[in-house]
Amino acid sequence: MSVELEQVVKEYPGDVTALRGVSLSVPDGAQVAILGPSGSGKTTMLSILGTLERPTRGTVRVAGTVVGTASDNELAGLRAHTIGFVFQAFHLQETLSAVDNVATGMLYMGRPLRERREAARAALERVGLGHRLDFRPKQLSGGERQRVAIARAVAKRPQILLADEPTGNLDSKSGAEVIDLLLALAADGATLVLITHDPSIAGRFPRRLHMHDGDITEDERG
Amino acid sequence: MSDSARIPPHELLGVALQEPRTRKLRAALSALGIAIGIGAMVAVVGVSASAQANLIAEINGLGTNLLTVTPGQTLLGQNALLPNTSVPMIGHMQNVVNDAAIYQLSQNVYRSPYVPVAQTGGIGVDATGENLPRVVSTTLASGRFLNDVAARYPEVVLGAQAAAVLQITRVTGHVMVYLGSRWFTVVGILDPVVLDSSLDSTVFVSLPVAERLFGTQPNPSEIYVRSSQDDVVGVSNLLPATADPQDASGVNVSRPSDLLEARAAAKGQFTTLLLGLGAVALLVGAIGIANIMVISVLERRGEIGLRRALGATRRHITLQFLTESALLAVLGGIAGVIIGATATVIYTQTRHEPFVVPSYALVAAPAAGLLIGAIAGLYPATKAARLSPTEALRAA
Repeated sequence: MSVELEQVVKEYPGDVTALRGVSLSVPDGAQVAILGPSGSGKTTMLSILGTLERPTRGTVRVAGTVVGTASDNELAGLRAHTIGFVFQAFHLQETLSAVDNVATGMLYMGRPLRERREAARAALERVGLGHRLDFRPKQLSGGERQRVAIARAVAKRPQILLADEPTGNLDSKSGAEVIDLLLALAADGATLVLITHDPSIAGRFPRRLHMHDGDITEDERG
Repeated sequence: MSDSARIPPHELLGVALQEPRTRKLRAALSALGIAIGIGAMVAVVGVSASAQANLIAEINGLGTNLLTVTPGQTLLGQNALLPNTSVPMIGHMQNVVNDAAIYQLSQNVYRSPYVPVAQTGGIGVDATGENLPRVVSTTLASGRFLNDVAARYPEVVLGAQAAAVLQITRVTGHVMVYLGSRWFTVVGILDPVVLDSSLDSTVFVSLPVAERLFGTQPNPSEIYVRSSQDDVVGVSNLLPATADPQDASGVNVSRPSDLLEARAAAKGQFTTLLLGLGAVALLVGAIGIANIMVISVLERRGEIGLRRALGATRRHITLQFLTESALLAVLGGIAGVIIGATATVIYTQTRHEPFVVPSYALVAAPAAGLLIGAIAGLYPATKAARLSPTEALRAA
């Protein structure tokens, strides 16, 4: 599914301008890395792409839905069915097993628990954690935890996959594995947008956006 | 829109259970306030209901077939008198098992002639026959009652309260009281009369003695009638005309057990003060839950942000936290019912009273918990739903 931004401005209370009129078009199935120093507006951009935030001005179109005018319910539906998130801090629930963490990813789609668990097992197999189904996050390594989080994001087969510095808390080896995994999963046809400040990771993406001070300063391809 | 965000209600319940399940101690402590409040209220209701059931059982034990006949007012509004013939007339009625009359005398009783005349101690003097204790279902605490054999001698029997006022605790045969310029020997002290406590502050002399010494033929001031158990109403309807065929409207008939039962029921309307204390405990409990929930929302910002990212609407988040706090309070309510019922069992067993907890309390307590929990959770739940998902994710 495609994502389009037109002259998007995002301001926060207290005169903070996170985005200053960003325009961007990510076609269906594209793989894009967003690079930039902290405070450049990367995370705000990803929140807007993921419909977690509405733009202050400008137009955002995610999978055909105009975010500015859609209701809270419509946006939630979009996130439940179409968008998968991967975070730097994993955001796994410590009290749940790997399977149940992944199954929670489909909780708000209204699918029955058994079906969700089945899909969760399959997703954990795909990320290479078939042998860790009943492990709690505490019993897993950092790389494994991020792979559980990735399984949670992809189990519902989202058309848009958004990752916010997924390797930020990992050593370089596990980081590389996580990127391999994300690129492989996205190859199925999902649109992948990934934030990083590591140029070597960004280098593996066919399209790279450089951000600075709330704007895109460079749109590199190839 | 088919791709809407939704979650089946039972799954929402499961989600709301997750946190209390993993933090059992915190959940138990936050439900404790509600448990204590509900427990106190159930105990108050249970104890007073049990006491009331006990009182009514006691009254029924004394017999509900006692009727009293007293003079009322004539049609012209003057105080009526019961004719002297009323006593034998009533005695001959069908279905009247037993009866006893008292005749109020305008005399006072003192410990000695040196007590000032005005210090009557509120004690009345009545003449009566030997039947009275049996008819009003009372017994003697000490000594014997007046009897017809000794009817010629100046003897008195004291009501329980009268004995206390005169400071006479035991019958020795030598204790005398000063009544109408004469000494009377105290031969008996009555136990309290449950069915008519006005008899407690009265001393009794026999009718022949009263007639001989005070020279009057008084009118009966009250007639106690025991009817057969299955014709109480019939007898009660016939009593006025039998007592005074000339003017039946000047005769009042009442059934003391009815009055006492009504009074017992009114007394059973639990002490407001204790209920108030229970309500305060509930309020504190509600604040406790609200407090824990506010903290919980702050601690779980990451979870809230994640759920929003996974497709939860604001309403889903509100419902999750509301359900969680309602659940805690309902658990507190159920624990409170158990605490209150246990307290009532212990209380009633030590006092050998019947155990009663009204069924409405069993339903109302968890329902009250649900309501309190929902109210307590309202603010934290709204706060959770209003969190910006981005900030929530970043803060965690």
